[in-house]
Amino acid sequence: MLELNDVSVRFGEKTVLSGCSLSVAAGERIALMGPSGCGKTTLLRVALSLQLPSSGTVRTSSKRNAAVFQEPRLLPWRTAAENVNAVLSDSPGTLPEAVRWLERLELREAADLYPAELSGGMQQRVSIARALCCSPDLLVLDEPFKGLDTALHDRVLALVNAALPADTAVLLATHSEEEAKALGCRILRWSEGCFV
Amino acid sequence: MTGRHRKLLLSLAVLAFWLGLWFVASKLVGQELLLPSPLQVFRRFLQLCGTQTFWHTVGTSILRVLTGILSATLLGVLLAVLTESSALLKALLSPVMALVKSTPVASFIILALIWLGRGILPAFISGLMVLPVVWASVSAGIAAQDPQLLEMARVYAFSRSRVFRRITLPTVLPYFRSALSSALGLGWKAGIAAEVLTVPQPSIGKMIFESKLYLETTDLFAWTLAVILLSLVIERVLLKLVRRIGGKGGAADA
Repeated sequence: MLELNDVSVRFGEKTVLSGCSLSVAAGERIALMGPSGCGKTTLLRVALSLQLPSSGTVRTSSKRNAAVFQEPRLLPWRTAAENVNAVLSDSPGTLPEAVRWLERLELREAADLYPAELSGGMQQRVSIARALCCSPDLLVLDEPFKGLDTALHDRVLALVNAALPADTAVLLATHSEEEAKALGCRILRWSEGCFV
Repeated sequence: MTGRHRKLLLSLAVLAFWLGLWFVASKLVGQELLLPSPLQVFRRFLQLCGTQTFWHTVGTSILRVLTGILSATLLGVLLAVLTESSALLKALLSPVMALVKSTPVASFIILALIWLGRGILPAFISGLMVLPVVWASVSAGIAAQDPQLLEMARVYAFSRSRVFRRITLPTVLPYFRSALSSALGLGWKAGIAAEVLTVPQPSIGKMIFESKLYLETTDLFAWTLAVILLSLVIERVLLKLVRRIGGKGGAADA
C-alpha cells in the first residue's frame, strides 16, 4: 500500500527525517509516537505526497487517501454537511449520506451550520466524518482527537475504530499510547531521526 | 425606529442639507449661467428624460462604455489567472499595470486619439481604467487562497473544476466584487471624459461638451446628474448580477 525507502527530509540546515523506511500494508494500522517537532507530521505529509523527500523514495498504491489534519481544514463557505459531501460527490444527492456520517459523530444538529458557527471540537469531528465517509485506502490521522473532551474523545475513538473498513491502512501520529492501542495500531517510536 | 430607517432618514437629511446649500448659493450668485439652482437643474433633467434623444444618447453611451468595462474585466481576470500561475509573466506585467494606473487619463485619451481614432476611444479608455484594478484585485484573490484548503483538496483528489468551484471561486469572488465596485465608477467617468474630448455622435460627452460650448450651464448640470445617476444604477445592477452568479459563495459571506 505504502512504502517509504530511506526517506530524508531537510528544511535548509535542519534535518527532520533521516533515512526513514516504512512499509504499510492494506488494512495495517501504524501509530507514530515521539516528542513534538520530531517529524511525525512531516512523515505523514510525505506519505500523502504533500511533501517531497529530500532523498529516498516513496511508493504508494493507494487510490483514495483521506486525512484528518491537526486543523479541521473545512471550507468556510460550506455547511458541515456540504463539507462532508464535498469529498463524496459533486451532487447534492449524496448529502443525506454526509448527514448520516455527521449523525454518527453526534453532529446532526450541526449539519446546516457553517464552520465559523461550530466549536473547535465540532469542526474536528466534521473533519473526521469527512475522512471516514469516503472509505479510503489510506487514512492519515495527525493528532485527530485533540480538543475533544474526555468522554467525547473515547466515544469518537471507538466510533472511528468501528467505522474503519478492514482494508483501510491507517497512519496515526499521536502522543497517546491509549489512542494507538484503542485503534489497534502497531506503535513505531521516534529514534534518531526515524521511527522504529 | 429600526437602524435601517434611521440610516435612511440620516441619508435624506444629508441630501437635503447639501441641496439646501446649493439652493442658497445659487440664490446668492443670482445668475443661472454661473450656478443654476437645483430646481432648475431637476426641471431640465426631467425635460430631457421626456425626449427620445436623451434615451438614445444615454443608451449609446452606456453601450459604448460598458463594452470597454466588460472587455477589460474579462481581460483582467484572464491576465490575473495567467500572472498568478507564472512569476515571469507577473514580473513582466506588473510595471505595465502600475504605469497604466499612475498615468493621467487625459494623457491616454490624447495618445489614443492619435493611435486609435474617435469611434473606439471611449470604450478603450474605460477599459484601460478598469483593467489594472480588476487585474490587481483578482490576482490578490487568487493569491489569498488558503494553502491548507488546497492541500486538503490534493489529499481528497479534487478535480481542477472542483478546486475552482469549492475553493478558488469563493475566495476570489469578494475581491472581484470590490474590484468591480470601484472599477465601474472609474471606468464610467473616464469613458464620459473621453466622450467629452472626442465628441462621438450621439453621446453624453458630446451633450456635455456642447452645453459648455453654448454656455448652457443648466444643461451641463442636468447631463452631469444623468451621468451620476447612471453610474449608481449600473453599479447596482452589475454588482447584483455578480452576487447572483456567486450565490452565497465568498469568503466575506462565510
